[in-house]
Amino acid sequence: MALNKEMSAAQAVAQLRDGMTIGIGGWGPRRKPMALVREILRSPLKDLTVVSYGGPDVGMLCAAGKVKRLVYAFVTMDAIPLEPWFRKARESAAIEVMELDEGMFEWGLRAAGMRMSFLPTRCGLATDVLARNPSLKTIQSPYADGEVYVAMPALKLDAALLHVNQADRLGNTLIRGADTFFDHLYARAAEACYVSAETVSERFELDAETAKQNPFERYLVKGVVHAPLGAHPTYLGPDYGWDMDHLKRYNASATEEGGWEKYVAEFVTPGESEYLAKIGGTERAAKLKQPVF
Amino acid sequence: MTQMTENEVVSLAELMIVAASEAWRDNGELLASGIGVIPRIGASLAKLTHSPELLMTDSEAFLVSEPVPLGARGDYQPKYEGYMSFERVFECVWGGKRHAMIGPTQIDRWGQTNLSSVGPYEKPKSAILGVRGLPGNSINHINSMIVPNHGPRVFVAGEVDMVSGVGYKPERWAPGMKQDFVDIRLVVTDLCVLDFGGPDHAVRVKSLHPGVTFEQVQAATGFPLLQAPGMGETPLPTAEQLAVIRRMDPHNLRSQQLKGNPPAVRTAAAA
Repeated sequence: MALNKEMSAAQAVAQLRDGMTIGIGGWGPRRKPMALVREILRSPLKDLTVVSYGGPDVGMLCAAGKVKRLVYAFVTMDAIPLEPWFRKARESAAIEVMELDEGMFEWGLRAAGMRMSFLPTRCGLATDVLARNPSLKTIQSPYADGEVYVAMPALKLDAALLHVNQADRLGNTLIRGADTFFDHLYARAAEACYVSAETVSERFELDAETAKQNPFERYLVKGVVHAPLGAHPTYLGPDYGWDMDHLKRYNASATEEGGWEKYVAEFVTPGESEYLAKIGGTERAAKLKQPVF
Repeated sequence: MTQMTENEVVSLAELMIVAASEAWRDNGELLASGIGVIPRIGASLAKLTHSPELLMTDSEAFLVSEPVPLGARGDYQPKYEGYMSFERVFECVWGGKRHAMIGPTQIDRWGQTNLSSVGPYEKPKSAILGVRGLPGNSINHINSMIVPNHGPRVFVAGEVDMVSGVGYKPERWAPGMKQDFVDIRLVVTDLCVLDFGGPDHAVRVKSLHPGVTFEQVQAATGFPLLQAPGMGETPLPTAEQLAVIRRMDPHNLRSQQLKGNPPAVRTAAAA
């Protein structure tokens, strides 16, 4: 039994294949596994189906032409509501889409984690979510009520990418932020889950209160990647806030000529240690303000 | 914090906040979710005045016993009373115990909303956010809307381009689909307050903002409107309401919500 699951981001991404369905944890500009996303940007991977409560993770993968199909309920950076590269991809019809209600999305992940083919829900009925996704079917209750529901199909993932505050080499994780979002469901829905973490220890030795911050079992985790500031420029409560200057710089790349190529040359190609230096390292990260909603 | 003096003019945004707060009156104990500046201050005003039974969050992950002021908080410490992660918000949605107010990009005569895209779906003229939680919200719990720019681009003539939130259009509902929980209350715009209380849920003008005429609202709307019985003027904020609004919005974010931050009482020329 491999009790040391630690690997580099490159080793984790090397296990992904063209055409895979990849789930990305977090929510909008919050606790996104951006170090792993940047590693995908550096790789030759292509034709991905990306499943995400989307933020700049989705935008960057669209900008780089990695996305064949997007499964989403929204793509936003909150303080910058409209994600520029997602918009470009949508408005140029460069990507196929499966646009879902946020709750249907959750239900799809849950169904996959429970090894069900679908779960019933009212969400999506009488909207264009059904009209635009002819693959979605309805089902009638077999009981006396006879109600008709959407049969939300399982969103099975080939891989899930998550970022957490702490992990150990066995694959135990802690999410210390106020909200764990739906990361546990991505982990359960995936064939293989790769977790990046701010710190990686040999083995956790936790008190009971801290152990409650463990969102899912280590048997779900295939790889652990040490990635300090690995959610940057998104926000990782309580360790660091979002980097609005960086998000604005990224946002501006969509309106400059060759903007994306410049962004990649400056922040992606040189590698993660250069990235950390360019964004001002841990010193500046410590000063990034936690967002106030 | 700046104190408003007697001769300062009440803004249209403040009038809309008071109108928005009315949406949550007599809702009972449920989660009040005002998304955006005017709805959030409106929900806060409701909780702090006529409807203290409402549940509210810090707009992140915790229930608070007192609405949290907008923006940087200084010394203010939120008064936590419980937890409300996104996962739990969904539970509230599906159990029907929520009343949300949001600002859709398009609204049609059936109360259907669009937050997804404008233009042909395959290659939209404008991609917006995505349907977000609108399909689930609209079919499960009470909803209201805010429109800062009442015009025919928002209140479209036909159906919205991508139906994200459900409404009262019969053709959209196949036999067996449960429409019982659909409950669209108020639409607060910069011209008036609308509801869906006409025959077959037809849209009515419930009140006109000071200095606005019904004809003006009709001209700015892509579908025919009715006048609600007793259609009157949207009330101006009271001094007490203004004090609460100022306390909830110490950085005056409300002044940036409407173009030019117009006064609540419009002169004929300004209208």
